Amino acid sequence: MTITYLEAIREAQSRALRDDPRVFIYGQDVGAFGGAFKATKNLAKESPGRVIDSPISEDAMVGMAVGAAIEGMRPIIEMQFADFSIVGFNQIVNQAATLFWRTNVPCPITVRLPFGGTEGGGPFHSQSIEAIYAHYPGLVVLTPATVEDAYSMLLEAVAIDDPVIFCEHKFLYYHLKAEKLPSEALPIGKARIAREGRDLTVVAYSAMVHEALEAATELATEGWEIEIVDLRSVKPLDTDTVMASVARTGRLLCVGEAWPWGGVTAEIIARVASEGFGLLDVPPQRLNAKDTPVPYHPNLWMAHRPTARAIASAARKILRR
Amino acid sequence: MLQTVLDAHPAGEATTKCDQTLAAFRFMLRARLLDDKFAALYRAGKIHGGVFLGRGQEALSASVGVSLKKTDIFAPLIRDAAGRLAFGETIVDAVRNYLGSPLGPMRGRDGNVHRGKPLEGYFPMISHLGAMISVVNGALFARRMKGISGTVGATCLGDGATSTGAFHEALNQAAVEKLPLVLVLADNQYAYSTPTSRQFVCEDLAEKAIGYGVASHRVDGTDLAACLETVGNAVAKARAGEGPQLVVAKLLRLCGHGEHDDSNYVDPKLKNSPLGRDCLKVAEELLFRQKWTDAATLATWRREITAEIEEAVAQVRREPAPDPYDEKWLAISSAHLNDVHDEDSGS
Repeated sequence: MTITYLEAIREAQSRALRDDPRVFIYGQDVGAFGGAFKATKNLAKESPGRVIDSPISEDAMVGMAVGAAIEGMRPIIEMQFADFSIVGFNQIVNQAATLFWRTNVPCPITVRLPFGGTEGGGPFHSQSIEAIYAHYPGLVVLTPATVEDAYSMLLEAVAIDDPVIFCEHKFLYYHLKAEKLPSEALPIGKARIAREGRDLTVVAYSAMVHEALEAATELATEGWEIEIVDLRSVKPLDTDTVMASVARTGRLLCVGEAWPWGGVTAEIIARVASEGFGLLDVPPQRLNAKDTPVPYHPNLWMAHRPTARAIASAARKILRR
Repeated sequence: MLQTVLDAHPAGEATTKCDQTLAAFRFMLRARLLDDKFAALYRAGKIHGGVFLGRGQEALSASVGVSLKKTDIFAPLIRDAAGRLAFGETIVDAVRNYLGSPLGPMRGRDGNVHRGKPLEGYFPMISHLGAMISVVNGALFARRMKGISGTVGATCLGDGATSTGAFHEALNQAAVEKLPLVLVLADNQYAYSTPTSRQFVCEDLAEKAIGYGVASHRVDGTDLAACLETVGNAVAKARAGEGPQLVVAKLLRLCGHGEHDDSNYVDPKLKNSPLGRDCLKVAEELLFRQKWTDAATLATWRREITAEIEEAVAQVRREPAPDPYDEKWLAISSAHLNDVHDEDSGS
């Protein structure tokens, strides 16, 4: 039996609904239809009255979750695409993210963002916007890269007393499979060494972990041993694990599918440069998507996002210095 | 004092009306005198940031507060000092919030009209207009899920907020879910300096209710008796399961947007129209006409409330200010998930 990344997300929600009567799911088409990606398939049947279709109102969806959280519930909001969460941005960053700090009342909501590029997604169904949420104080921002993490981190997200932005990669939905669901997991806030190596540290998260792994396999044939750090959560950011890896390799490449200006890759380089400058043998580098909207045609899209080939090429430049 | 006045009247519906009107009036008076004090403190440079008054809107606001039960949800807006007091806020807490006291509800982290106690159903507004409606919806939705019935959620807005997407999304959401929401709209003729002619073109904001399939009520916001009846009726309908209720009160804001604003843009014709009546004066005349109180009693109330306010201000000014070294500087409740990154300490 195998389980996909998408099925793991469904299973985690099914279990959260079963285990905790405070949990409910609210989002567009999540009810009887089971969601645009089927992440809530059969959940309305399993938990009657607790998987609820919303109007196309991202602002009101999040506001509603905050009110329910104040009343002690643990709502999960499904955004149909991460791109649309921008319509609910105000409620996320100004209402949910500030509530605890203002009032000492926690805001345990989970906002699921199906994010990242897929073939034919185009400018408004492909965005990677984890960095803008991470920029705001008061949010936990998660980016699971594996089936196991998609499951365990979503369960932990629902249990956390704070607003969580759960970035689930649409490209991984069907591509990624595991043998079974995990019984234990690393806690949120800890990065994972996805591959050990001594020549270069590649820091990646979500779908880019898999591109980086593929690049590492290719570079291994050339004799390079690449270490890959899977961040798992971009906020909090496990600076210690990154720094320890850079201490071993002396070289750093950060890879993100998001746009290049600011963002997660810039943040990692800023931290390593300011706190671990002496660990670096060569200047740290980063690889991001191009600074344009995400294109529609696969030829353009494959050139827009970092791929295994692009990562390998960027890595070679660092390794040859 | 209030009890003495009430005891002097015959039993029955008339007493209830007298009782409720007097109670609402006293909240109006408390709010007006408290607002006046905040304005004075502002002019004396004793307040950080702005001061926002509810002058001219006390009748409507107090009517909301007295129509709710303590177990209801209330998300007031900037001109709701009267409603806040009627819902149970203390003068001391209001003063603490304006002076940024760490003992206040927002502990110096937020100020002025941004105050509330969420766990007591008293939600603190954010500045973004219309944003509190869906939060109230969520609380009502949660109560229904938990099997708690009979709760009403009320929130207040101005005419300007009806132009926001948040207003549209949330009122529609409340209608779809048939929530016991009472949306109280003070059509006070100006959103900051913008007249209603630049805000909307429908004849009356109550018309908006039709598009959402919700009930609407219109009322003269300068008339306390009318506000009590209309708001009370809307709250009762929501409580009875009749779905969202939109109350639109016409009145005039009798102050600037904030105390920094001399509001010289307000049309003098409006000031001299029935909309420009001071609701406190109108209510006072009603109380005298009905012989529910007299000038001497009113003077005593003013003295007592003023003394209470002065005492609260004196007390709060003796209280310590927030100390940045005591501040936790932590925006999430899960301390172990804090993104520790302090360049100074190099951690």
